[in-house]
Amino acid sequence: MKRAVALAAGLLACASAFPAAAQNIAMTGVTVATGDGSDPIENGAVIVENGRVVYAGPAAGMPQTAMPLMEAAPGTWVTPGLVATVTNLGLWDVGAVSESNDIRAGDSPFSAALDAAPIVNPASQHIAIHRAAGVTRAATVTSASSSIFGGQGAIIDLGSDPQAVTRARAFQTVSLGESGARLAGGSRASAHALLRNALREANEFGSDARIPGIRSRPAEQGVGDDVPLDPRLVDNRAERGDDVLLSRFDAAALVPVVRGEQPLYVMVERASDIRSVLALKREFSRLDLVLVGASEGWLVASDIAAAGVPVIADGLDDLPQGFEELAATQSNVGRMVKAGVTVAINAAAMENPRNLNQYAGNLVALSRIPGADGLSWGQAFAAITSVPARISGLGGRAGVLAPGAAGDVVVWDGDPLEVGAMPTRVYIDGVEQPLENHQSRLRDRYRDLDESDLPKAYDW
Amino acid sequence: MKRIALFACAAAFATAGCSTTGSADSGSDTDWTAPVGEDGRAPFSSTYERYPGRPTALVGATVYDGAGNRIDNGTVLFRDGEVVAVGDASLDTSDYDVFDGSGKFVTPGIIDIHSHLGDYPTPSVDAHSDGNEATSPTTPEVWAEHSVWPQDPGFSRALANGGVTALQILPGSANLMGGRSVTLKNVPARTVQGMKFPGAPYGFKMACGENPKRVYGNRGRMPSTRMGNFAVNRQTWLEARAYDGKKRDLGKETLKGVLDGEILVHNHCYRADEMALVMDMAKEMGYKVSAFHHAVEAYKIGDLLRENDVCSAIWADWYGFKMESYDGILENAAFLQREGACVVIHSDSAQDIQRLNQEAAKAQAAGRRLGIDISDATVIGWITLNAAKAMGIDEMTGSLEPGKMADVVLWNGDPLSVYSRPEKVWVDGALMYDALDRKRRPVSDFELGQPGEGDVK
Repeated sequence: MKRAVALAAGLLACASAFPAAAQNIAMTGVTVATGDGSDPIENGAVIVENGRVVYAGPAAGMPQTAMPLMEAAPGTWVTPGLVATVTNLGLWDVGAVSESNDIRAGDSPFSAALDAAPIVNPASQHIAIHRAAGVTRAATVTSASSSIFGGQGAIIDLGSDPQAVTRARAFQTVSLGESGARLAGGSRASAHALLRNALREANEFGSDARIPGIRSRPAEQGVGDDVPLDPRLVDNRAERGDDVLLSRFDAAALVPVVRGEQPLYVMVERASDIRSVLALKREFSRLDLVLVGASEGWLVASDIAAAGVPVIADGLDDLPQGFEELAATQSNVGRMVKAGVTVAINAAAMENPRNLNQYAGNLVALSRIPGADGLSWGQAFAAITSVPARISGLGGRAGVLAPGAAGDVVVWDGDPLEVGAMPTRVYIDGVEQPLENHQSRLRDRYRDLDESDLPKAYDW
Repeated sequence: MKRIALFACAAAFATAGCSTTGSADSGSDTDWTAPVGEDGRAPFSSTYERYPGRPTALVGATVYDGAGNRIDNGTVLFRDGEVVAVGDASLDTSDYDVFDGSGKFVTPGIIDIHSHLGDYPTPSVDAHSDGNEATSPTTPEVWAEHSVWPQDPGFSRALANGGVTALQILPGSANLMGGRSVTLKNVPARTVQGMKFPGAPYGFKMACGENPKRVYGNRGRMPSTRMGNFAVNRQTWLEARAYDGKKRDLGKETLKGVLDGEILVHNHCYRADEMALVMDMAKEMGYKVSAFHHAVEAYKIGDLLRENDVCSAIWADWYGFKMESYDGILENAAFLQREGACVVIHSDSAQDIQRLNQEAAKAQAAGRRLGIDISDATVIGWITLNAAKAMGIDEMTGSLEPGKMADVVLWNGDPLSVYSRPEKVWVDGALMYDALDRKRRPVSDFELGQPGEGDVK
């Protein structure tokens, strides 16, 4: 989804090739949640102009505007779009239909080199369904399956236009802990050795092959046709030793990781595993770490906070799913936040990412349970908007309603953290989005079971 | 397209019937009764006895009785394990311990009709994988209770976070006929017999569609297709009908129990067309399906399900994880309710069993957006009395009515809100969970001495 460009007006001849134009939005008398961690504002107002937020705050402070005010039903809430990380949106159609599912590639010769960007399908039903549920941006990535490295994730928007990827190769993932250990051949020791070896090989290959520095992290894309070449993968003749484990592409893919130019998302749960991940910084000082999962994070919350490492945490895991999660509790997120850790709710640790708001609401519920640690409403909402946006490199531009931020606006029929709340309108970069999808079409067809005139197949 | 006034009879479908016990026309060809052991008892009989409880009066709360009624500023009285009275503020509470429920809500204990706690317990290691006897497409001879590990920590989460007081543990869905289920009281015990719900009928797990044909087709054996699924099922029923009981046969005994209406069929089935075929197969063979589980396409045949008096046990929003779940929609429950068919919200998940109330609320909201207004009291019935009916325990629990088991949840707010949690849970009148008392919370043997022992979870 792209901002409307002024030029578009002058290019009417090829208008159909351009994204729909951004609309201006002005609403007042609605409850506004800005996503920055603050409490919701009753009787608030929002103004979006040319695809950017101009104002979000109390109605009383709304600047004069010539724009017509949009009607809002009583009880309407207006918020930034939800930001889902980590997901596999756009990478699959049906989970158990392997031909339609690109999440895993257990037989691939590659791992770190796997790149989600060219395979994201913006027409995926799951993108459409999640758009209708108020998710406007997401991090999407393949899963570790042939090795501990899962590949390079992309940042996408969920707009209905053909260009979903807004940043390719935004982060790398590595699986440690129980599942990483199995992928590494059977033990955590093997996983750690594999990781260290990979980072050292990448470091050496980066210098030998003269892979350029910061340029390997692609810029955020403005329009759809400027997908940059990955300079790591250009032809080069750097010789490599004969005992290397990584393929050339995998080594190249890890160069920006070891240089700290590309964040490394580490899937890990156990407290001691988290400590070992944090300690990696002593050997590889430039690593830009993000923890994912972290069900026992509360036991090492002060260490995580001191390291300044953000966490994408499983929101409600409270069972010893494995021996690495013995201390799992729904209070994990609340306790880490209390200790000063930056925490987003992990969209992968629920049935579908569209349950993010339900999970956030549950963390608010915990604040009323003696002995439990929950979040305030504002904190919980930030954990599914501004915080994941910041971790995803979209800080200040997505997941917030603040002047200058993208016009990703969701109009809800009620409190968005309450179960059953649904968007009535969704905008991405100020462009109003269609909310139809396979599910909504089935809903419309089966509003009744009347086939007295024709079979249901004619009802469309 | 003819449009009819669908929603005028809202009150009529508020308590959609789904009675299940007893089949008028038995499918058995021979007289037969379930055998007992050498000791004269039914095998593996329940040893559960209720724990001591105080005579308790919950006053001033909003009460949903599970049977479709709401009482504001209501009073619920229970003692000696039974509900004594449910009414308004005029009920006499002398001789009861009185709890002020102002601003709070009371419901019957939540019932999950579809759980694998104990047979797929946590930690979910291979050594604990006891839910599918996936060595033959029909294993009516296995009983889920022989796989249940009472120390599964999941039971306590379902109690504390979900208010679950009774649940049905089913075998998995690898097999066409997966075996007997067992209904449990959600009370910790050293043995599964100590959890078995006294007097609950057995269930029988069956599965349609992708799972059985995939599991056995991949091994080059029948069934490898949906038509193979039906052929194997029908042949198995025919053989069971002819069973005379002279030589004991565990599988046939279970099938006979089904044909006699003593054992209730719980049939994993996603697709509408396939459910219609199963209902016809049941008629052919002389048994009844109590509930279709995971029935994501039930909304396409709400009329048929109502006419056949079969419940649909469903998720609020799961979809897309397999081909036969591709047409899942949020409105499934609401569309079934519109048709007057029986709705049960189930979990099939150690996570979602902790939030059945929220899942029900999601499904309710989807209907509301289309103008299908289903009352809160009715929606609570989806996770209490309707589940109890489909499990054949509705005479004993599932609603707050005098004489029924005092399985009761006091919620700290509206149970259909994400912001509410159980504050106290009673099973048979005994306080088994109290959010205000950190010791009134079960901790399984597995959790002792581990990090997080006794934590809020």
